[in-house]
Amino acid sequence: MKFETVESKTVALPIDNIDTDQIIAARFLKTTSMEGLGDNLFLDWRKLPDGSLNPDFPLNKPAAKGAQILVTGDNFGCGSSREHAPWALKQYGFKAIISTSFADIFKGNALKNGLLPIVMPRDIHAELLKWSGIALKIDLASQTVTLAGGRTVEFPIDPFAKECLLEGIDELGYMLKQEPAIAAYEAQRAGSVNTLA
Amino acid sequence: MSSKHVDQPRTIVEKIWDNHIVAEQPGAPTLIYIDLHLCHEVTTPQAFQTLRDRGLKVRRPDLTIATMDHSTPTTPHNLPILDPIGKAQLDQMEKNCADFGIRLYNLASDKQGIVHVMGPEQGLTQPGMTIVCGDSHTATHGAFGALAFGIGTSQVGHVLATQCLLQQPSKSYEIRVEGKLQPGVTAKDIILAVIAKIGIGGGTECVFEYTGSTIRGLSMEERMTICNMSIEGGARAGLVAPDDTTYQYIAGREFAPKEKDWDAALARWNQLPTDEGATYAKTLTLDANTLEPMVTFGTNPGMGIPISGLIPDPANISDPIEKSDLVKALKYMDLKPGVPLKGQSINVVFVGSCTNSRISDLRAAASIMKGRKVSSKVRMLVVPGSQQVKKQAEAEGLDKIFREAGADFREAGCSMCLAMNGDQLEPGEYSVSTSNRNFEGRQGKGGRTFLASPLTAAASAITGVVTDVRSL
Repeated sequence: MKFETVESKTVALPIDNIDTDQIIAARFLKTTSMEGLGDNLFLDWRKLPDGSLNPDFPLNKPAAKGAQILVTGDNFGCGSSREHAPWALKQYGFKAIISTSFADIFKGNALKNGLLPIVMPRDIHAELLKWSGIALKIDLASQTVTLAGGRTVEFPIDPFAKECLLEGIDELGYMLKQEPAIAAYEAQRAGSVNTLA
Repeated sequence: MSSKHVDQPRTIVEKIWDNHIVAEQPGAPTLIYIDLHLCHEVTTPQAFQTLRDRGLKVRRPDLTIATMDHSTPTTPHNLPILDPIGKAQLDQMEKNCADFGIRLYNLASDKQGIVHVMGPEQGLTQPGMTIVCGDSHTATHGAFGALAFGIGTSQVGHVLATQCLLQQPSKSYEIRVEGKLQPGVTAKDIILAVIAKIGIGGGTECVFEYTGSTIRGLSMEERMTICNMSIEGGARAGLVAPDDTTYQYIAGREFAPKEKDWDAALARWNQLPTDEGATYAKTLTLDANTLEPMVTFGTNPGMGIPISGLIPDPANISDPIEKSDLVKALKYMDLKPGVPLKGQSINVVFVGSCTNSRISDLRAAASIMKGRKVSSKVRMLVVPGSQQVKKQAEAEGLDKIFREAGADFREAGCSMCLAMNGDQLEPGEYSVSTSNRNFEGRQGKGGRTFLASPLTAAASAITGVVTDVRSL
């Protein structure tokens, strides 16, 4: 899942603590595939009870059309461990989420799917949250977000996740290569690892 | 990332971490070993598909165990499943477990149940273990002094294929609870009070260790209720150091160590509690003496108040987003600020979920229901956490108490906690629920949830309004 740069306008969703039930409701988790989730992203906010688009919801406004960067309130992605949440965000068209903080499991799930969770300083975040349609450039290699005026802000990211995204390293492949260490650990723990057999 | 030297005082979280380090390489997270992998039908199908696509086997089927709970009907299990998509997911679980050699407690098994009820009751959950499941409420198993946490589906695949995970160490956050709980106040009220205090992001990057005299005095089922909702405080996991209460619960269960193995296990488990002088990144102290029954009024589990309290007023909040979030929550809930929640009319009461569906929860609810009737305005569902809990409840006659009161006593599963299986609220309905999340639409599109203890839920079912159980 490679990621290098993204240049896009933003869409702002100024709500704190957006939980994974809002991102993708549990009734859509009965699927056994990863496909078809994007259409149901934020569904109960995005659509009115009659199925038409809610014109007041930020993602439905003209300024949001084609936006690949979502700017949200604090603690985005809290709640369940469902990886369907980043799958749905990616399929809808988002490549990065900007917030002040992310829930731990969501952050890990997002990085494994090439969806970049970006933590911005509070003052910059507050500016970005005011309007949709702000043009930004995100560069993973330099860990920077460049604003339209040329101002550049750095963001933190776990170095291993960064390397995996830049180089397209597959985490499971990396882990499988640790087989000798895993076997050695099991041999040393023999007798004390629970066995269900 | 090197671990602390073992001669230094360590927290229980650090000890379990150190015991499970498989490899540490510069520039990469630590590779840690997973002792027990619990699986259910919702978060595993795509992971099994990854294994198929890459021609991989499950590395340790003997450390992997599966059940069915989320999409599972709570109507009698011998009836056909009406929802074709839910049925397809359950069928896929059967196939995946058969193809990869994983033990499955399916709908025909008398051990089937919510994964976090089934694990402890079978003796699978033991102190000092690392336990994962594609489910954020895996922290429940922390009640036994295990490091147990929820993972996403990619990581489910990693554990199936390697029995390991790449992880960064967590900070230890002590939640100390001291004093005596007053009548009518329960473990659920403790954890709702903790989350109301620290907020739903308060524990991010941390593992809670619950300590103090109140926690020591709790039963294993009460400790599970508290650890279960650690994720609602934003923590990766939550745990309680093991003690005699823990050991007495485990002894004799199917997967518990036996005879000589038991003695060896006890010796290992006794090494686990946090050393004197070990430091926590943060500490919160809570006075149990002054706690009241808690109830949530809003759309996240941090929006909780004591039953005698008032719904907060956005006018008193200065932070603009916090204020607009409260306005939004009250609008969704159709509630007014500055008034009590006590007395609010309700439509549904749900007693169940991995938080509060064990036998002691059902006993607590039944103690209130006995000889009383569910209000004619209320639909009440009692959903045992497992087939074993159901059997025990029936042996004690609790099913009769619930049915005679007018409640529906059902088969085991997650049910209306997340409303995947057809058990759900109608738009606009209010529930008092013993589950763990009150997010918008969590119990059904447009539904409105008040989280509370089984005692509060049962009392509210009788009166038809949010009720202080101490007033019955």
